[in-house]
Amino acid sequence: MLTLAILIPMLGALALTVLPSLGHAAARIIAVATSTLSFLLLLIVWYQFDTGAGAPAFQSYAEAPWIPSLGVFWRVGVDGMSLSLSLMSGVLFIACIAWPMENPERPCAYYAWFLFLESVSLGLFMVLDLLIFYVFFDLSLVGMFFLIGRWGHGDAQGAALKFFIYTLAGSLAILLAIIGLVLTVDPITFDMRALIAAQPLAGMDLRGGLILLGFVLGFAVKAPLFPVHTWLPPAHVMAPGPVSAILAGVLLKMGTYGLVRIPFQMMRETFADYALPLAIVALASILWGAIVALGQTDLKRRIAYTSVNHMGYTVLGIAAAGALLNGADGAREMALTGAVVEMVAHGLITGALFLIAGGFWARSGTYDMDAYGGLAKVAPRLTTAAVIAAFASLGLPGLAGFVAEVQIFVGTFAVFPVIAAIGLLGILITAALFLRLLQQVFFGDLPKAREGFADVSLREGSILAAILALVILIGIYPRWLLDLIGSASSAIIGS
Amino acid sequence: MPIGDVSPEIAIIVAAVLALLFAAFAPRRMQAGSALIALAGIAVAIALVLGQLGETRFTFSGTWALDGASLWARLMILLGTAFCILLAPGWFRTDPRHGEYYTILLLGALGAMAMAGAGDLLQLTIAVLLSSVTGYTLAAWHRDWALSIEAGMKYFLMGALANALLITGVTLMLGLLGNTGYADIAASLRLGTGLSPLLFVGFALTLTGVAFKLGAVPAHAWLPDVAEGAPVPSAAFLTVVPKIGAAIALARLVQLVPPEFLGLRPLIAILAAATMTLGNLAAFWQDDIRRLIGWSSVAQAGYVLMAVTVLGLSPDALSALLAFIASYAIGNLAAFAVVAYLRGRTAIADYDGLAKRRPIVATVLVISFLSLVGIPPTVGFLGKLALFITTIDGGYTWLAVVAAANTVASLFYYARVMGRVYFNKPPEDIAVLDRSSGVAVLIGGILVIGGAVLAGSAFTAFQLSQLLPG
Repeated sequence: MLTLAILIPMLGALALTVLPSLGHAAARIIAVATSTLSFLLLLIVWYQFDTGAGAPAFQSYAEAPWIPSLGVFWRVGVDGMSLSLSLMSGVLFIACIAWPMENPERPCAYYAWFLFLESVSLGLFMVLDLLIFYVFFDLSLVGMFFLIGRWGHGDAQGAALKFFIYTLAGSLAILLAIIGLVLTVDPITFDMRALIAAQPLAGMDLRGGLILLGFVLGFAVKAPLFPVHTWLPPAHVMAPGPVSAILAGVLLKMGTYGLVRIPFQMMRETFADYALPLAIVALASILWGAIVALGQTDLKRRIAYTSVNHMGYTVLGIAAAGALLNGADGAREMALTGAVVEMVAHGLITGALFLIAGGFWARSGTYDMDAYGGLAKVAPRLTTAAVIAAFASLGLPGLAGFVAEVQIFVGTFAVFPVIAAIGLLGILITAALFLRLLQQVFFGDLPKAREGFADVSLREGSILAAILALVILIGIYPRWLLDLIGSASSAIIGS
Repeated sequence: MPIGDVSPEIAIIVAAVLALLFAAFAPRRMQAGSALIALAGIAVAIALVLGQLGETRFTFSGTWALDGASLWARLMILLGTAFCILLAPGWFRTDPRHGEYYTILLLGALGAMAMAGAGDLLQLTIAVLLSSVTGYTLAAWHRDWALSIEAGMKYFLMGALANALLITGVTLMLGLLGNTGYADIAASLRLGTGLSPLLFVGFALTLTGVAFKLGAVPAHAWLPDVAEGAPVPSAAFLTVVPKIGAAIALARLVQLVPPEFLGLRPLIAILAAATMTLGNLAAFWQDDIRRLIGWSSVAQAGYVLMAVTVLGLSPDALSALLAFIASYAIGNLAAFAVVAYLRGRTAIADYDGLAKRRPIVATVLVISFLSLVGIPPTVGFLGKLALFITTIDGGYTWLAVVAAANTVASLFYYARVMGRVYFNKPPEDIAVLDRSSGVAVLIGGILVIGGAVLAGSAFTAFQLSQLLPG
C-alpha cells in the first residue's frame, strides 16, 4: 500500500515525460489525479492505523531485497509521525499541483517534476531503510534543482545551484554518518527498526559525537537552522509560488523528521549529551529568523525567514524531548508531539502563505511590499486568506500554529526553562512582523497601480480554503491529529 | 594446458590481426567491416573469460594471475572496448583507412587486460608499455589536427617519463628481492627479507609508473589534453579502459605489501586526496566539456586510490574497487558517447538548451554526470557508497571526509553543464553523428540507471572475488 503510494506519482511523472506533447490542461489533470490517488491510498493506511497502546511502532510494513550483501532492503512502514507528515505532504502536493501556473513553459515537464518530487518526499517519510532514505533525500535535491532552475525567475539558476550544493554538502555529511553508524553493527544492516532497537553507539564518546555531528549538520542544512540557512532565501525568492510552498512545506520537514528518526531514535545517549547545544542553536534560529524577517521589505523573503524561525521551534522541541534518558517523560512527550504538530502546521500554513505570495507575483510581478497597500478593498477574499494564514503562523489560539507552539514551549520549560523563556521572544517578534505585513499590504491607501488587482479566482480560492480549513480544524479540534502523533511520541520517548 | 589460460588474450590478438588484414584489402567504403571483426573477437574473448569463472591461481609460470579481480576487470575492459567501437565507425567515416584503428584499439585493450592479469613485474612492464604505445597512436589519430597531435605528444612525453620510472622501480625491486614473480615477492616480504628504504623507493617508482595509466597525481597531466584533443572514441577509450587494468595492477602490487610494512598505504592515501582535489579544482572553470570530463576523470582516479589504500585493512576493499571502477566506466563512457553523438561539440555553450532539442540525449548526459557525482539512484552512487563504506571501515575516515568534500566541489562544475542543458535557450537544430553512436548513448543511459538495479547481484559477485596473491 505504502509502496504503491510512492510508486503512483513516479509512474505519473514517467507518463508525463514520455507524452511531452500533451497540453497544459491535460497534463494538470493527470498530475492532480495521480497525486489524489496516492493521497487516497494514504487515507486508507490512516484508516487502518492503530493508535492503541500495544500497537506495533511501524505499521503497514513491507519489504523486498535490493542489495542483500550490504543489508539494504526496500522497507516501508509508518508510525504516527511519518504518517501525519505524509498526509500533510499529500495535501500540499495536490494543492500546489492544482494551483494555477500561468502557462508554464513545457507544462508536462513541470508537472512531471512535481510528481517526481511527491514520490520521493512520500518515500523519504515512509521508508525504513537508511540507505534508501538517503537515496530519497538526494533525489529531492535533484527534483528541486530542476524546478527552481527551470521555472524560477530572476537569477533562478544561481539560486538552484546554491541550494543544490549546500544541501548536497549536508547530505554527504549524513551519508558518512550513516556509514559510520551501520558499520558499528555486525553484520551491517540499514534497517532502521533494527538500528533503533540496537542503539549501536551507546557508550562511544568521540565516535558517537562525530557521527551525531554529521547527522545534525546535514539535517540542519535541510531544516534549515542558523547559521547554515543562507541557501533558503534566494531559493524561495527565485522559485515560483507552488515550488516555494513545497520547498517550505515539505522539504524542510525532511531535516527535522530525519533529526528525530535517526540521531534521536538511534543514538539516544549521544543525542541526550548534545541536546543542550542543539537547543541553543535552535534558539539562535528562532531569534535570528524572526529578527531578520522583520527587516525584510520583500514579501517572500519575509515569509522565507519566518520558516527559519518556525523550524527553530521544531528543533527546540526535538532537543528538549531528547535531552534526558529518563524523567520528565510527560513534558518531553509533549515537546516532541508539539514539534511534530509544528511540522504539520508549518507545512500547511507556510504552504498557504507561499501560494498567496505566488499569486502576488502572477498579478504584479513584484514582491516588494512597498508596492502594495489597501488590497483589502479590491481583494477581500485574498485578504481573508492571508489574514488567517498570518495569524496561524504567529500562533493565535484557535489555529494550528498555537497548538504546536504551546506544546513545544510547555514541554521545553520542564527541560530547558531559560532557553524556552528567551525563545518566547521569537513569538513576539513574529507577531509584530506579520501584523506589519498585513497592515502594509492589505490596509492603508491603495496605490493607483494596484486598482486593477484581481481577487483570488475560484480555483485559487478553493485551494486556499481547503488548506486553511485544515489549519482551523487542527486549531479548534486537534484531538484527531494529536492522537496519531502522540502514539508515535509516546513510543519514541518511552522505548 | 597453460595456453588455454590465456585464450581470451589470444582471441583478441587474432581479431586484431584479422581486422588489420581486412582493412588492408577492403575498399574504403567497407572499412567499418573491421569494427564487426573486432566486435566478434571481443565476443569470443568474453565467452572465454567467462569460461575461467571461479579460477584462482597463477598460470603461465606465475606470470598471469587468474582470479576474480582479473576476471571482472577483463570483462569490463572488453565491454568498455566494445562500447568505444560503437562510437568509431561514424566518427571516422571520412578517414580512408580507418579499419586499422580497430586493430590498435584491440591491442590497447590487450595491454589493459595484461595489466589486470599481470602476476610478474616484467609482465606488468610489458603490459604498461603495450597499453602506452597503442595509446599514443589512438590519441594522435587525427594527424592533420594540431590538438590531436598535441594530445598524442603530451601523452607520449609523460608516458616516456612514467615508463622510465616504472622500469627503474622494477629493476630496484628485482635487485633487492631477487625475483619478479608476485608469489615469490609476497613470500619473501612476509618473511621480512629485503626490507629497506630502497625497496620503498622501488615500490614508489613502480606505483608511479602504473599511476600514469590510471591518470593519478603526479602522472596525470596527459589526461585533460587527451580528453580534449584525441578523437572522441579514443578519448572515451583512453580515459576508461587502461584505467581498469591499471587499478587492478596497482591493487595487486599494493596487496604484496603487508599493511604494517613500508608505510605504503599512507602514501597512497595522500596521493588519493591530492588526485581528487587537484582534478576537481582544475575542472572548476573549464569551458570545454571534454577537458572538463578529462579533469573529472583525474578526480575519479583519486577515488579509485581510496579503495587501493584500504586493501588488506577492510575485507570489502576489492569489491568496492571493482564496483567503483565499473560505475565510473559506465558514467564516463555514457558521457563521451553523448559528446560523440553530438559530433564532438565541445564548448559548454554548445550544450545550451539541449534538453529542448534532444531530450533523450540531454537526459543521458545529465544522468551520467549525476552518476559521476554519485547522486542516487545512479550506478555511480553505489560505487561511491561502497568506497565510502570500505574506506571508513579500513580506518581512513579522514580520506572519506576529503572525498565527500570533493564530491560537493565536483557537483559545482557538473551542475554548470546540467544547468545549461536544461535552463538555457536552445540554438538552431543540433547535428548528430550516426545511428551506432546513438545506440551507444541509449545503452549508456540504460546502464547508468539499470546498473543500480542490478547492483545487488554485482556486489555479491564482487565480494566472492579474490585478489592474488592473497
